Amino acid sequence: MSVMAPERETSSDAYQQRALGFWLYLMSDAVIFALLFATYATMVANTDGGPSGKSLFSLSNAALETVLLLASSTTFGFASLSSRTGNRSAVLGWLLITFLLGLGFVGLEIREFLGMIRAGAGPDRSGFLSAFFTLVGTHGFHVSMGLTWILIMSGQVFLKGLSVPVTSRLFRLGLFWHFLDIAWVGIFSIVYLPGLL
Amino acid sequence: MERHGLRSYLVGFALAVILTAIPFALVAMHALPPSRLVIVIAVAAILQVLVHLRFFLHLDLTTTPRENLLAVAFTAILLFIMVGGSLWIMVDLHSRMSL
Repeated sequence: MSVMAPERETSSDAYQQRALGFWLYLMSDAVIFALLFATYATMVANTDGGPSGKSLFSLSNAALETVLLLASSTTFGFASLSSRTGNRSAVLGWLLITFLLGLGFVGLEIREFLGMIRAGAGPDRSGFLSAFFTLVGTHGFHVSMGLTWILIMSGQVFLKGLSVPVTSRLFRLGLFWHFLDIAWVGIFSIVYLPGLL
Repeated sequence: MERHGLRSYLVGFALAVILTAIPFALVAMHALPPSRLVIVIAVAAILQVLVHLRFFLHLDLTTTPRENLLAVAFTAILLFIMVGGSLWIMVDLHSRMSL
């Protein structure tokens, strides 16, 4: 045990350094989202006589998307907790549930986008819709990348087990996934809810 | 270790559900005039972001490494200047152009 202790400390140092690097990346992503939010706020009234958020957005759809993403953030938390106790099958199970919840979110978003485009409210219709699709689409793209990353990490947990590097990557995936939930809080609070007032 | 345990995620989840349900329900029922609802939405959103940072991302003023906190604080200031400044300019321009 006494031999294990310093080794664990070194690995947790490297762990923290990478976490810092990843925090810096997340903060740069936060800047991207914030400027897309500012663009949206500037463009929201520029509907060019076309449809506005009030006729396009669905409160129940936005609520369901919110529930799916929030639940997936929590189940990812359970996966992180299971990784700490070294329970590999629990990690895989929670990652699978997280993946399905995230997939449901992306599915709802794609359905919403296609419905809007079919109704003639695509990103080329007005400045408002360009800003809407850019902001919400950027978030949806991030979630899709997160889903890919969840698949990759599930493969690593399955094949390599919960080794130190794998656990460390899982931790950063968790930061990414929880961060996307924060960006979504901004989206429903700035796009959907005010649009439906 | 214990502070980032199961409890943290469950408390975070419960608080996030409450802070989501309040604005969604008020908007669904049109319970308040729009000008007041916007304020409720904004306050609930800010609180929820703090809940996520604390209970999901485990940002903590005492245990989180100082570099990470500095990165977050710097970004917060940057966002305030860039977003606040952009909106200030654009809203001002808009009101002057429509006169």
